[in-house]
Amino acid sequence: MASLAAIFGSGAMTNSIREIEGMEVIFIIGSNTKETHPVIANRMIKAYRKGAKIIVADPRRVPMVRFADVFMSLKPGTDIALLNGIAHVILKEGLHNEEFIGEKTEGFEEWKKSVEEYTPEKVERITGVAKKDIVKAARLYGGSRKAGIFYTMGITQHTCGSDNVRAIANLATLTGNIGRESTGVNPLRGQNNVQGASDAGCMPNVYPGYQLVENPEVQAKFEGAWGVPLSPKAGLKATEMIPAAHEGTLKALYIMGENPVITDPNTHHTVEALKKLDFLVVQDIFLTETAALADVVLPSTCFAEKDGTFANTERKVQRVRKAVEPPGEARSDLSIILEVAQRLGYPMKYTSPEEVLLEFGQVWQNLAGITYQRIEKEGIQWPCTDREHPGTQYLFKGGFPKGKVPFSPVSYTPPAEVVSDEYPFILTTGRNLYQYHSGSMTRRVDAIESHAGEPYVELNPSDGERLGIGDGEEIRVASRRGDIKIKARITQRVSSGTVFIPMHYREAAANVITNDALDKKVKIPEYKVCAVQVSK
Amino acid sequence: MDRNRENKSHIKEKRIHTMGKPVKITINDREVSCEKGNTVLEVCRKKGIYIPTLCYDERLESYGGCRLCLVEIKGMAKPLSSCTTPVEDGMEITTESEKLTGLRRTMLSLILSNHPDDCMCCEKAGDCDLQEMAYRYNVKPGEFTGEKWDLPVREDNPFITYEPNKCILCSRCTRICNEVVMAGTIDLTGRGFHTMPDTAYGAPRSLKNCEFCGQCVSTCPTGALTDRKSRGKGRSFGMKKVKTTCSYCGTGCNFYLNVKDNEVVKVTSDYDAPVNKGNLCIKGRYGYDFIHSPERIRTPLIKKDGVFHEATWDEALEFTAKKFKELIEEHGPEKVGGFSSSRCTNEENYLLSKWVRCAIGSNNVDNCARV
Repeated sequence: MASLAAIFGSGAMTNSIREIEGMEVIFIIGSNTKETHPVIANRMIKAYRKGAKIIVADPRRVPMVRFADVFMSLKPGTDIALLNGIAHVILKEGLHNEEFIGEKTEGFEEWKKSVEEYTPEKVERITGVAKKDIVKAARLYGGSRKAGIFYTMGITQHTCGSDNVRAIANLATLTGNIGRESTGVNPLRGQNNVQGASDAGCMPNVYPGYQLVENPEVQAKFEGAWGVPLSPKAGLKATEMIPAAHEGTLKALYIMGENPVITDPNTHHTVEALKKLDFLVVQDIFLTETAALADVVLPSTCFAEKDGTFANTERKVQRVRKAVEPPGEARSDLSIILEVAQRLGYPMKYTSPEEVLLEFGQVWQNLAGITYQRIEKEGIQWPCTDREHPGTQYLFKGGFPKGKVPFSPVSYTPPAEVVSDEYPFILTTGRNLYQYHSGSMTRRVDAIESHAGEPYVELNPSDGERLGIGDGEEIRVASRRGDIKIKARITQRVSSGTVFIPMHYREAAANVITNDALDKKVKIPEYKVCAVQVSK
Repeated sequence: MDRNRENKSHIKEKRIHTMGKPVKITINDREVSCEKGNTVLEVCRKKGIYIPTLCYDERLESYGGCRLCLVEIKGMAKPLSSCTTPVEDGMEITTESEKLTGLRRTMLSLILSNHPDDCMCCEKAGDCDLQEMAYRYNVKPGEFTGEKWDLPVREDNPFITYEPNKCILCSRCTRICNEVVMAGTIDLTGRGFHTMPDTAYGAPRSLKNCEFCGQCVSTCPTGALTDRKSRGKGRSFGMKKVKTTCSYCGTGCNFYLNVKDNEVVKVTSDYDAPVNKGNLCIKGRYGYDFIHSPERIRTPLIKKDGVFHEATWDEALEFTAKKFKELIEEHGPEKVGGFSSSRCTNEENYLLSKWVRCAIGSNNVDNCARV
């Protein structure tokens, strides 16, 4: 998101979900849409039935491949080479949008030189994708002026994640496929309100509304609004706080509704770090693996027990409504925070959740026009700057906030960990259709557990045969950080040399073995590539 | 599949040429302006004019199978199905007449001739389109007699119960499975009297052949397909329906939580939802059990000597505040931080962000966007 914001001036899905139906070309890279965003996949299928062409680039034969005109099965971590290769072909065949490049972009000539070396032949060697498929994808995407790119963590969860996003943005800029209806760049958010949590300033370098902490004017604005002096220094990111705790430089942590023991890379390290804290408070609905390590656990409410709003992946602010009373003495997160703040000497007074949203709108123009009454029937997509504003269906209709869009040269760098004789397989991780994230919700649904309650590792039949491993056999998967025992699932979904483990299962937690190496700029861990050995 | 797609797009192309052109038509002697490219049924629904349907679902392509939506159009020899007839300028349409009522009654009688008369204990009673229409047109079972299906209820999976005897062959389930989800789980199988929607070879539904999105349940107009988990837990009209937003992925689907006696017993589709139009996936439709899990934490807990003890809110909050104060004083606010969650609302996240910055005094606050 941060890289997308740096390029276009705003880091969110640029189109609306319903606009997918109008796209001519849908380019899905690093997203298993049919399993992780099934209802968005329904829209893509509708477009497909109207004649849209679909391009899929993924190390695994994900279900959307069934609908694809081109499927590029790339080696994990080689996205930049592939994207630069596609750009190379678009340029060579003159499919780029000269008018758009001339009027709305900068840095084209310099960037153009940077992709010259990415010939289809070279890219085929790096990525394992056949030359003809690269050319076909380039002709489809470059040949359309109504194309959308979709990506998720398959792009961002790499040490080069922010460069991957830049490479995607370059493609859209090269063809002018941005800033129009059914045309744009669309990161699909994996969690219900991750957009809202980011909007609300739950990030160490920005206040609510992506306003920079280190800008003195912004600091003064928020000091005025909140009535206390604020720290001028950007804070630590979640993926930095855990190592800080490990080193003893972070003493206390307050965790609201998170389960980093399962979701963060390198589980052993995370557990040790949390144990070293002087004080850990966890506010959650279940005694999660993380809550078990806490000094104090505060019971909170789930979405069915509270009023409020979520912002979805297309920036739509929608109502969440209380349907049932919470169990026992559990309280809403809102009232718990207010109580703790009061006792820490910073009383905050609100009579309803809506009052909080209205205050949020006062410090961030993009939400200024949203009230509960206006979103009673249907949510509104920000920017919505005043009470008359209808919301914004797609971004950059009237141009880009920063004026011109920069091309940014990016070059392929191998992942932090590459295969060796000792660790010859690439492990990639993700979700499956049935379970969700750390599983603390879905794994408590008996019906789902009875059908998809067992962890597994996907292994290509040829690798299975070579190692003498049969379907359903329990095997050991180990990396330099740890090992797990897990059942093998022999399937063509993964190519030879690659294995996949869904992240949901605590009894064989994939993150025991994943690498906690981070992207240099945005500090996302490299969940999608690490080197492992597979044995009986 | 590809050829099919191109054929379809060719037809669509033709329609698109004139689509959106304003036309004037007359419905039941009332002049109505509408746009070309719409069907007669779509226009009537928009204008609030009732036309009965059983095989129609806005999410699906028009089918014209149930013949209940027949309307009379001036100049046409026979009634036409309104769901497949596009509006034309100057059309004069009648939606209710003695002739149409007679035709609809016959259609309903034929359906009832092979349908169990067990409304009194049917899961769908009160929310059943067939029951509603039989009532509206005063059609009683037994007008036509003949052989009836006598097939066992299928409960071969934990999500979806299938009572084939209640199927009226509208094919909405098979079409939503193949048009919208393209999962290919079910299709119409058999011929003639033995035609029915089923999986290939009648195999039990499992993850091998089904995504368990429950789209087929959401579109079934009768009690043939129902949510197994909520069977026997209450009638539709006895439930409080609360519209809300899903708490799983970032799509932001809306749906209704069906509540009875402070318990969420079912999730039903919100067909007007702007994002998902009533479509849901396995997690959204069936992943609600955690709400009432016995493992929910019910009281605050404080750990003493490695063991959790139940505490009052006052004790827990006081202890939390005291420890935070001490640690901030001793080490400075830079040594303290907070994680927020995307499970929480915008309001809660905003407050956590404000709380860490104002009450703790550092900017060590982050969310799970990176994982």
